[in-house]
Amino acid sequence: MSILEKGQIVTANRLRDGIAVFLNRSGQWSERIDEATLALEPEAAAALEARAKADEKATIVTGSYLIDAERRDGRIRAAHIRERIRTLGPTVRLDLGKQADGTAGGFVAPEGA
Amino acid sequence: MYRYDEFDHQFVRQRTAQFRDQAERRMKGELSEDEFRPLRLMNGLYLQLHAYMLRVAVPYGTLSGRQMRQLAMIAERWDRGYGHFTTRQNIQYNWIKLEDTADILSALADVEMHAIQTSGNCIRNVTTDHWAGAAADEIADPRPVGELLRQWSSLHPEFSFLPRKFKIAVTGAPNDRAAVKVHDIGLRLHRNDKGEAGWEVIVGGGLGRTPMIGVTVRDFLPEPELIGYLEAIMRVYNLYGRRDNKYKARIKILVHELGADKFKSEVEAEYARKPQASTEVEERELKRIAAYFAAPQFDKLPRWSAAFEAAKLKNADFARWARNNLGVHKVGGYAIVNISLKPEGGIPGDASAEQMRLMADLAERYGSDELRVSHYQNIVLPHVRKDDVFAVWQALDGAGLAAANHGLVGDIIACPGLDYCALATARAIPIAQSISRAFTDIDRQEEIGPVSINISGCINACGHHHVGNIGILGLDKKGEEFYQITLGGSPSEKASIGTILGPGFAGHEVAGAVGKILDTYLKLRAPSEDFIATYSRLGAKPFKEALYAAA
Amino acid sequence: MPLLKNDTLIADTWIHGGLDDQLPEAGDVIVPFARLLREFDQLSHRPDKLGVAFSNIDRAEALSTFLPRLSLVALPFPAFNDGRAYSLARQLRDFGFRGEIRATGNVLPDQLQFMLQVGFDAFDIGERFPLEAWKRASKQMSLAYQRGLFRRNSEAEVWTERHTDAEPWLEQPHAG
Repeated sequence: MSILEKGQIVTANRLRDGIAVFLNRSGQWSERIDEATLALEPEAAAALEARAKADEKATIVTGSYLIDAERRDGRIRAAHIRERIRTLGPTVRLDLGKQADGTAGGFVAPEGA
Repeated sequence: MYRYDEFDHQFVRQRTAQFRDQAERRMKGELSEDEFRPLRLMNGLYLQLHAYMLRVAVPYGTLSGRQMRQLAMIAERWDRGYGHFTTRQNIQYNWIKLEDTADILSALADVEMHAIQTSGNCIRNVTTDHWAGAAADEIADPRPVGELLRQWSSLHPEFSFLPRKFKIAVTGAPNDRAAVKVHDIGLRLHRNDKGEAGWEVIVGGGLGRTPMIGVTVRDFLPEPELIGYLEAIMRVYNLYGRRDNKYKARIKILVHELGADKFKSEVEAEYARKPQASTEVEERELKRIAAYFAAPQFDKLPRWSAAFEAAKLKNADFARWARNNLGVHKVGGYAIVNISLKPEGGIPGDASAEQMRLMADLAERYGSDELRVSHYQNIVLPHVRKDDVFAVWQALDGAGLAAANHGLVGDIIACPGLDYCALATARAIPIAQSISRAFTDIDRQEEIGPVSINISGCINACGHHHVGNIGILGLDKKGEEFYQITLGGSPSEKASIGTILGPGFAGHEVAGAVGKILDTYLKLRAPSEDFIATYSRLGAKPFKEALYAAA
Repeated sequence: MPLLKNDTLIADTWIHGGLDDQLPEAGDVIVPFARLLREFDQLSHRPDKLGVAFSNIDRAEALSTFLPRLSLVALPFPAFNDGRAYSLARQLRDFGFRGEIRATGNVLPDQLQFMLQVGFDAFDIGERFPLEAWKRASKQMSLAYQRGLFRRNSEAEVWTERHTDAEPWLEQPHAG
């Protein structure tokens, strides 16, 4: 039986190229959402956020914020469609973005209209 | 076309150097994001969902072949091989790096282009009729005024931190193709009884959260007074426009809250109070600019082109495309070619670098080296000899650019929506694609006739949904996308704002709903009545009934 | 607070009076606009210079009767992107005011040249940026399209420069 965990991850855009990134377990910013640290408690989320703000000051990333996400079988999925599109790439250009270079994680594009 | 002189060159070069310095200071941490954001926005650089987005200004929608080729080069070298033409006659690149941006601006400066003021709370790129200089109904080419306003508004020290963004549109023709009544300022050229030309000044139109039709503050402003008068309008807005609420900060709200008469008297008082400088310099500058926009040397050709007519007889696809995609040129023997960037199931307004290069080639070879970006997200070759139209079509057809749907159901306007945009609440492009695929039968599209479908992915209305005959607005309801449909909008000289029909639809239901609306129209229309005329005659009721009748 | 004027840092010698506090007998004073309205008679009989700290929501016209007696008007930028004071400065210059117009509040180098161009000539700049940054910022652009601006670093006024000679545009080729 697969275990579902719900929590928050912190995301931002890398300052120099604007690519969407996620704070991972080793405190690095990864393009892969699956590597993100999932905070299960509000305190842990606050710590992630504080770390992200510090990295904004250090001009590594910009515009960081927490998003709701869930982990199942080691794969992380953002809760809201906006964030899912951020982690995938445009749903109308499957050849572009993280979905094209294999960093999007285990979820496919939301169904087209 | 306008060409930069040494001043213009120096101006964009210095501006680029300034941005390079700002970007470097940002990357070194000397500027915070809050401080840098307005600076990058003033140079067209946004941070979107996937990366930075750069919006490049195409002043009054006019490009040369060389400029279009450079846009293609930028798409390949610094982006991912394509660009998106917007409803404001600009082009956007979706995958830009901050560290490359100064180099891109420098490449733009090489071809007399820039990204200045394509964002920010300042005067944005001035837009106009995409048929300017070619249309048969035109009084005068509005682009010299467009260029005058471009220069005047560029880094205007007084008006760079307005309450909100500010959009000016200009038309020189009675059939308004520039949507001047739904801009912050709309300028319409017309003639008085004596045959003199003057400008109607319309203020306070706009879309977004609170769509409004503008009000006329001057019926007939002499051209040399434009700059002084616009300065007075801008000053009143800068001083008294609301800054407490971003959604009430556009000039339309000020005009609405003060009332048109009071607003007008404020402007007139400001205009009268200003020490009246001579307008001689403006007059001379306008003449200087106008010389660049002199019409190309048109050949004396018969109105009727044997080659064109023969090609239509021989090739039904060409005949159809010619029927739908050509506009009436002011000179006999010439045509305006409208290239649809709306292939079946495609992304409205997107063009690949190869397609851009092909269009540049065609402009150079057949079209007096001119291209236009239209606010319908299409490209126009304004001056093509009818004798050459078939060759142009063949080349377009080979590049996937020969969709024969100009002005028809398939010619859908859509903003980038949630697929790219950080502000969006729902996707817009997939909706356009689903409608396009539901109407692949081009005979049916022709049977339906002229109709505009406009899709916005949020209330900011970049897809101009309020002025679509059929408008579609994507919203977010508890994490799900849903779509509101409005009917009866029009951006023309008879501008109107669409009315919401009723409850919204899920994404997969929208194309079906549009189908029902158009079937209802086909059933109820009078002979030779287009969609908007039928709607004006009957109102929303029959459409509502068709859409929401118990299943 | 350091004051920038003519590309140099100078000491602010003005006394900043509040709404009700006791002013010294002599010395240049800046008072809030409300106090100017209330006490203009007494204030105008002071021996030294008089200035006003204006708001950016009052109308410039409200100052017009006082301007002949005023040597300084301070205009605030509550946020750097609140641009009302640009228009107020221009209006004051249009009224013929030749005294100091001082920018206060959120004044940043990247807006300095705009402020100079509309008629500001003194700046409360805080400590954050070095003088070099301000000096560089004051002359980033060497030209402007708009007419009638203040050109303290002698920026070229493009339209005027283009038309100082007789109709040079007539000679220019055009691409059509």
